[in-house]
Amino acid sequence: MAYIRVPEELPGIRGLMAFRPETARPMNDFVETLLHAPHSLTPGERELIATYVSYLNDCYYCQTCHGYIAAACLDGDEDLVRRVKADFQHADISDKLKALLVIAGKVQKSGKSVTTEDVERARSLGATDLEIHDTVLIAAAFCMFNRYVDGLRTWQPHDEAMYRERGKRIARDGYVFISQEYLPAEAGAK
Amino acid sequence: MSHISLPEGFPGITAGFAFRPETAKPMRELAHILLHEPNSLTPGERELIAAYVSAQNDCYFCHTSHGAAAACHLGSSEIVKQVKTDFETAPVSSKLKALLAIAGKVQQNGKNVTSSDIDRARRLGATDNEIHDTVLIAAAFSMYNRYVDGLATWQPHDETMYAQMGKHLAEEGYRKRPADQPEPEYYRTARATAENELAAETK
Repeated sequence: MAYIRVPEELPGIRGLMAFRPETARPMNDFVETLLHAPHSLTPGERELIATYVSYLNDCYYCQTCHGYIAAACLDGDEDLVRRVKADFQHADISDKLKALLVIAGKVQKSGKSVTTEDVERARSLGATDLEIHDTVLIAAAFCMFNRYVDGLRTWQPHDEAMYRERGKRIARDGYVFISQEYLPAEAGAK
Repeated sequence: MSHISLPEGFPGITAGFAFRPETAKPMRELAHILLHEPNSLTPGERELIAAYVSAQNDCYFCHTSHGAAAACHLGSSEIVKQVKTDFETAPVSSKLKALLAIAGKVQQNGKNVTSSDIDRARRLGATDNEIHDTVLIAAAFSMYNRYVDGLATWQPHDETMYAQMGKHLAEEGYRKRPADQPEPEYYRTARATAENELAAETK
């Protein structure tokens, strides 16, 4: 049971967002911009960064949820998601994304761990300032979301089919749209 | 030097905000609701949680600016210093101490929060909403701190600038500065000081 009484026993962050719609609204707008809005990094690449950081933070709900969103964005390639979590240096992804995942992994430990060499390497492989910025911010944001979900001991069902189904819908419709399911109308509206 | 080219002269997170207004907007909004809007925990108490977590994460810009905002609300910078060093002996309520203990666990990892941490807070009068907001403030500063340090932003050591920022945050909150409002004078002063120091060093 979660540490606080959440509405309808919704799982993971959904229960917390339904509990406090005032903070849910900017958090959904934020994640929509970071992961779903058009960008030079594809939604699949950005979801892989989110999944990898959530895996490092050992947050079951977030790594599973975002892992399935990533897979949905990557033609259903669930195996690629597993390989990125286990050992991204040997996964079938671009060298640029590998360099960005290195930066994300450093941010997960501490912002100060990111070195000039890490950034130079990403840049030499074609990463732009915006891509580096957003990688740092996605990694930082998931250090928030993961702590939020685990810190209040939310219910995190082990039900792969549920996450897979939801992953497809979020990949298609985005976070703000889906949030209308569990937020009061005025708080779910953009 | 920051890792990417950020708009010049903006300290700490304000540089990231100026670089990417699309993400700045919800980030400011979240901070405003968590720290500034009326709530059963006072803004001073909530700023103390933010300053404490930022100090644990060793983020100079965040722990100094939110420490200054807390000092402004509480009318004492001594309390802020004591909370950062050892909150259990600081002159704050037992309930706030229990909430700071939870915030400190969240700073390490969400899973570190135990049932007994929650029971202690509840026994001392903390509500579900206060426990929720404490966890979210601590989680949010685990983000803001990483953002500020992960981009290697400019973080001037300028007491006057932070005191003025703290006053502004305590009075106005975190929602976006209107576009027609000029850059605060204290940013310019801090920048001029830094440039003078740099010139003196390179002489």
